Amino acid sequence: MDWQALTLSLKLATVTLAMLLPLGLLLGRWLAYTHFTGKSFVEALVVLPLVLPPTVLGYYLLVSLGAASPLGSTVQDLFGVQLTFSFTGLVIASIIFNIPFMVQPIQRAFEAIPNNLSEAAMVSGLNAWQTFIRVELPLAWPGLLSAMVLTFVHTLGEFGVVLMMGGSIPGETQTIAISIYDRVQAFDLQAADRMALLLLTLSLVAVAASYFAAARVTRRR
Amino acid sequence: MMMHRHRNLLLQMLIAVSTTLLSIACTAQTSSSATASGVSTVAAASDLKFAIEEIAAQFEKKTGHKLRLIFGSSGNFYSQLLQGAPFHLFMSADEVFVFKLAAAKKTIDQGKLYALGRIGLMVPKGSSIKADNQLEGLAAALQSGKIKRFSIANPAHAPYGMRAKEALQHKDLWPQIEPLLVFGENVSQAAQFATSGSTQGGIIAYSLALAPQVARLGDFALIPENWHTPLAQRMVLMRDAPEGARAFYEYLSTPAAQNIMMKYGFAMPRS
Repeated sequence: MDWQALTLSLKLATVTLAMLLPLGLLLGRWLAYTHFTGKSFVEALVVLPLVLPPTVLGYYLLVSLGAASPLGSTVQDLFGVQLTFSFTGLVIASIIFNIPFMVQPIQRAFEAIPNNLSEAAMVSGLNAWQTFIRVELPLAWPGLLSAMVLTFVHTLGEFGVVLMMGGSIPGETQTIAISIYDRVQAFDLQAADRMALLLLTLSLVAVAASYFAAARVTRRR
Repeated sequence: MMMHRHRNLLLQMLIAVSTTLLSIACTAQTSSSATASGVSTVAAASDLKFAIEEIAAQFEKKTGHKLRLIFGSSGNFYSQLLQGAPFHLFMSADEVFVFKLAAAKKTIDQGKLYALGRIGLMVPKGSSIKADNQLEGLAAALQSGKIKRFSIANPAHAPYGMRAKEALQHKDLWPQIEPLLVFGENVSQAAQFATSGSTQGGIIAYSLALAPQVARLGDFALIPENWHTPLAQRMVLMRDAPEGARAFYEYLSTPAAQNIMMKYGFAMPRS
């Protein structure tokens, strides 16, 4: 078992979740409540990372964030941070490829809230913020939970993008999914076996838990 | 009751979010300290897998320097280094990549030859191919259609794949075998494919075939070295290489390190 890779993956998943959650909430809720021309286009952009081959996304990130690119070199000059082959780079990539997993369930959850509920809340004297906190969030939380679970587990498992722009550096960019790949190549099937089983279990438990939570909420309603 | 439950939930969510935010702060700190501590990263061709791991362990024990080892195809490392990958010592299986990096002013000099690699035919236990060093068994098995899949490293970027292709061309087997090939991303993966039993064999690095983990999986026969251009393995330090990487570069020329290299079938360059 490669504990360093596991810790790194958990760290990456946590950081991704923390940074993407507020963004996902804003974007998901906005898409659920507003209608405008070109909304389908925005929705398509949100789903794009889901259908795009990870190597394509990885390639564009490698080229656009690399040390030779304008963005990559500017960031390096200003902050001394390299965006490719680094943990920071993985966080950026991870946020991008998780957008659909975070935004979509949140959007669906807010769409499912009947309009008259929010209206009733407003009429009762709650302001927009109070309505959000006291009416919308409690109703939307199963969607939020499944968005968070999917994002977390998906980050643990992402391979193609990380392979393209990570460079498999132990403790920096060698995530558990990459470590499994490396262990197989190193004829260490025992370690690969254990890590694969761990990821399988983790994914199953996480998805089952989010379904369980969602089912409980529907029953209570 | 309803309200109470919701408030609890909100509280939990807030806690979850704030803990994650806290962890970001910690992460930022740890990752910056990791780079500051001066761990040297060695990007090594995957034929070095077992040999370099042994040498590195010895080196770390003797000197106290810490090394991070990464194995892969030399061609991939070359393009990653051009993209700014933070590797300090590059041990290529083919000197061409070192010279190209030197021309791009990424390295401190032209580097140093550290070994000559050899290739050979590996067949898994119970394969329909007989392993011999003139590849007669392979030719016969190809003729009789006994080969369904054959593995080599990807000749597009892996030196061992390029040499395997040259050897197969030398023996005039390339046209027949090409449609049956599976490509490993590097020679280590090619070896994995060659011994897994899902191919009838493959051409891999001698250094991998000598490792006990691989040797017990099948039979191996060395291919004559004049069947392909030499695998002149050259290493080079990058411009920002820290103390540890430089010390390891020197250590690789000591008898202790060279004995291990020879144990894994590498020939030492005549200097």
